[in-house]
Amino acid sequence: MKHIKVLGKGCMNCKTTLARIDERARKLGVEVELEKVEDMADIVRMGVLSTPAVVIDGVVVHSGGVPSPAAIDGWLR
Amino acid sequence: MSASVSSPSLHQLRARHPLLVVALAAVAWWLVYRQLEPLSFAIVGRLPLAPESHLAGALQFFLYDAPKVLLLLTGVVFLMGVVHTFVSPEKTRSLLAGRRVGVGNAMAALLGVVTPFCSCSAVPLFIGFLQAGVPLGVTFSFLIAAPMVNEVALGLLFSLFGWRIALLYLAMGLLVALVAGVVIGALGLEGWLEGWVRELQAAPVVAGHAVGQAWTWSERVDSGVAHVRDIVGRVWPWIVGGVAVGAGIHGFVPQDFLAAFMGRDAWWAVPAAVLVGVPLYTNAAGVIPIVQALLAKGAALGTVLAFMMSVIALSAPELIILRKVLQPRLIAVFVGVVTTGILLVGFAFNHLL
Repeated sequence: MKHIKVLGKGCMNCKTTLARIDERARKLGVEVELEKVEDMADIVRMGVLSTPAVVIDGVVVHSGGVPSPAAIDGWLR
Repeated sequence: MSASVSSPSLHQLRARHPLLVVALAAVAWWLVYRQLEPLSFAIVGRLPLAPESHLAGALQFFLYDAPKVLLLLTGVVFLMGVVHTFVSPEKTRSLLAGRRVGVGNAMAALLGVVTPFCSCSAVPLFIGFLQAGVPLGVTFSFLIAAPMVNEVALGLLFSLFGWRIALLYLAMGLLVALVAGVVIGALGLEGWLEGWVRELQAAPVVAGHAVGQAWTWSERVDSGVAHVRDIVGRVWPWIVGGVAVGAGIHGFVPQDFLAAFMGRDAWWAVPAAVLVGVPLYTNAAGVIPIVQALLAKGAALGTVLAFMMSVIALSAPELIILRKVLQPRLIAVFVGVVTTGILLVGFAFNHLL
């Protein structure tokens, strides 16, 4: 099971990102554990410069803007 | 736009030959653009209005200006969306790390114009820059230039006043960001950061980073389209409303109406404009059509530039976000230095031009 974190403080793009990952995971039938990280210190500690950012199993795979469905599918497979 | 983009054949074409599609779109754009002025006269000519009346003048102005501004803005925002795929905040940070005062500030201001930036990530960006060894003053140069000199402001200035004024705004915005950053850097205010920021600066990064994949041209074009949808989709009502107000003023308010109290001879006009502008918060799209009307009716250029910069560069929401990392006295210095810079630009313009 993949552990996925969405980093970002309450902006619209962050919510869209979280919802989109959830949707793609359901569609592909991949089991994921989704977590939202809103604490600025935690976000900064992961070395992320722009939000929303996506962290999968401890690796930052994306930052700045809502990821495309195709990109998300790539991470989930 | 969404209907044509989602049709499968065009989608395939865009994926396979992205630059060809962009070239075709540019030609179509140019053909439409050239027809706007004759079209606006033709429409107004068919209405039962006296051709020389105020209403006919205002209506023609609106019918020409609103689509013209939207078209030009769409072009500029698209290009900026493509440029963004070349300059990530991470790249900018590594370019700025360890730079000296002066050169570093100039680079930071320039990169602030082209790096994708959203004030919602101002905090992680700010700390991330400091962590990587970007000096405080250089970081401030970036943070001042990024919101002030943006593609919406430049695109609107270009479409309403021509390239000279757009270039002037660009140069003055960069100058304010450069000088303000140098001054803040020289004051040595690192101790006025909030405590948790100073702790984090020394902390190691705990997550790994995937190597970013190279962008294909198809993805760059997609980024441009997405940027247009996001930005133009959000600001177009402001522009249409602003041009409508401008058209009304254009048709009905007498020439030189504002010259007496916003003209070059009124020395207090610049500080007054900045005082009004700093607490005002709106995006460039909202303020620039108003600025156009002010200029047309006799306000001095320096006064108007100062007003515009103070509205766009300093905003309450951004200060609230920055308050998390800066102690109140550093916020005060930041606002003070930037305001002073804007005042000087306003005075200089009113004297030189």
